Amino acid sequence: MNQNWSRFNIASVVLGFAFLYLPIIILIIYSFNESRLVTVWAGFSTKWYAELLNNQQLIDAAFVTLRVGFTSASIATVLGTMAAITLVRYTRFKGRVLFSGMVFAPLVMPEVITGLSLLLLFVAINFDRGFWTVTIAHTTFTMCFVAVVVQSRLISFDRSLEEAAMDLGATPVATFFQITLPMILPAVIAGWMLAFTLSLDDLVIASFTSGPGATTLPMRIYSQVRLGVTPEINAVCTILIAVVAIGVIVASVLTKRQEIQRRRDEHAVSDERTV
Amino acid sequence: MRNVAAAINRRLVILIPYLWLLVFFLAPFLIVFRISMSIPVTAMPPYEPVFDLSSGWAAWLEGLRELSFENYVWLTQDALYLNSYLSSLWIAFFSTILTFLIGFPLAYGMARAPLTIRPMLLLLVILPFWTSFLIRVYAWIGILKPEGLLNQFLFSLGVISEPLQILNTTTAVHIGIVYTYLPFMVLPIYATLEKMDHSLIEAAQDLGCPPIRAFWAVTFPLALPGVIAGCMLVFIPAIGEFVIPDLLGGSQTLMIGKTLWTEFFANRDWPVSSAVATILLIILVVPIVFFQQMQARAQERER
Repeated sequence: MNQNWSRFNIASVVLGFAFLYLPIIILIIYSFNESRLVTVWAGFSTKWYAELLNNQQLIDAAFVTLRVGFTSASIATVLGTMAAITLVRYTRFKGRVLFSGMVFAPLVMPEVITGLSLLLLFVAINFDRGFWTVTIAHTTFTMCFVAVVVQSRLISFDRSLEEAAMDLGATPVATFFQITLPMILPAVIAGWMLAFTLSLDDLVIASFTSGPGATTLPMRIYSQVRLGVTPEINAVCTILIAVVAIGVIVASVLTKRQEIQRRRDEHAVSDERTV
Repeated sequence: MRNVAAAINRRLVILIPYLWLLVFFLAPFLIVFRISMSIPVTAMPPYEPVFDLSSGWAAWLEGLRELSFENYVWLTQDALYLNSYLSSLWIAFFSTILTFLIGFPLAYGMARAPLTIRPMLLLLVILPFWTSFLIRVYAWIGILKPEGLLNQFLFSLGVISEPLQILNTTTAVHIGIVYTYLPFMVLPIYATLEKMDHSLIEAAQDLGCPPIRAFWAVTFPLALPGVIAGCMLVFIPAIGEFVIPDLLGGSQTLMIGKTLWTEFFANRDWPVSSAVATILLIILVVPIVFFQQMQARAQERER
């Protein structure tokens, strides 16, 4: 297929990626700008990063965001994996249509609606707004993303190993933790990471459901962005981009390694069989 | 004995996420609907009749009698709301087409790339998707401003003599949507194109079909499920978008997400914002159900 990679194909790939990456690269470059005027280059400097360390509000917001992200992503991974198992394995039960609807709808639901509706729920049940309301809100919309990621792995899952384990007398719970979970683990980890970054990223739902003392980093960045572009914000953004990029690259290398290892194991098994 | 345990496990695995979604996804919509028929008052919570879920079903039903359609009548009387809905639909529709026009050649080029570099290209598309949405929108402010980088660049080339006003216009909103939603368009299209059997094209060409006709007769129809999925993934969320019109669109761009936000946070009118959300949900039900059916069918096919 190599000879089919025409000039047109190459041009569209190169232009597409230029479009995707140029704005981010420019943002990163200007975070190292000496001048406060964001669009005038006045020499290299890391002073805006040093200034961040003095911005206590921003640091507090970063910790809130990390706590919300860890907690909500962890709960969402458990719930989302259960939802994926339900969708793939239990094809017949009452209310399945409603269930799959509730799993897929949040993927495209506008955030303003999710945020407003959850806030009104919390007010109706007199739940004090703060850390837990944001966490519950994030769990609800991210678990659906986890479900979709895990589901795609479960569909292409060879069930014969599970059956073998059950035949040998393993209980369903033991089979799940010793056979199923290790095999779908890359998807579960990918789901957790997706949930975590979606939570780190969310402005709209957090703004609706948050309360005093639970201002997240996107909420803080947003209130500063509204006042204009500043090099400090560029610096915060650059740090966030770097953290996410490193995370994604490390994760993809790890899953690739695991994939290679798995293939090797499978080969080893089939070789033994042929011998 | 073991069958009983298995049945209990099975039931728990279904019930826990089911209940969570019922309580935190479905029930809130009923509450939005209920409050959209209340009357705004200056109190906390700022609507009347107030209801408390702890007072039980009887009180909930009692409250239903006091409900009014006043907020919905209000939505039809002020042109702001109708204009917001229409302009959101239009902006989302036009942006979806633009995203497709940029996304399809990109996905097509990726699917044709040598096998060895394909995983890297895929990672490069996914990476911005993991990067904060807010940051990606913010990045464009510095570029599109009157004294921003795009104007400086065009100025130095001598293309323009005075700065283009792009920021705070609908054009900026289109750019923002295309930019942030591009991965959602590329990924499903790439997934269908990558699975495509290339010998079909070769067969068409062997039979004398010119490349462009082969593309429209073979490639495009096969990619259609991916194209539809990509368009839905851009179109539906873009209608309710708030961050992009707020940061890039300025005061002259009307979009319903922004109107709802203002109604809620600036005017503190919870009943009217609930009515706005209810209507938006009704508009979106058809495309969302269609999207969900399509996902379910795609899942059936993969089995």
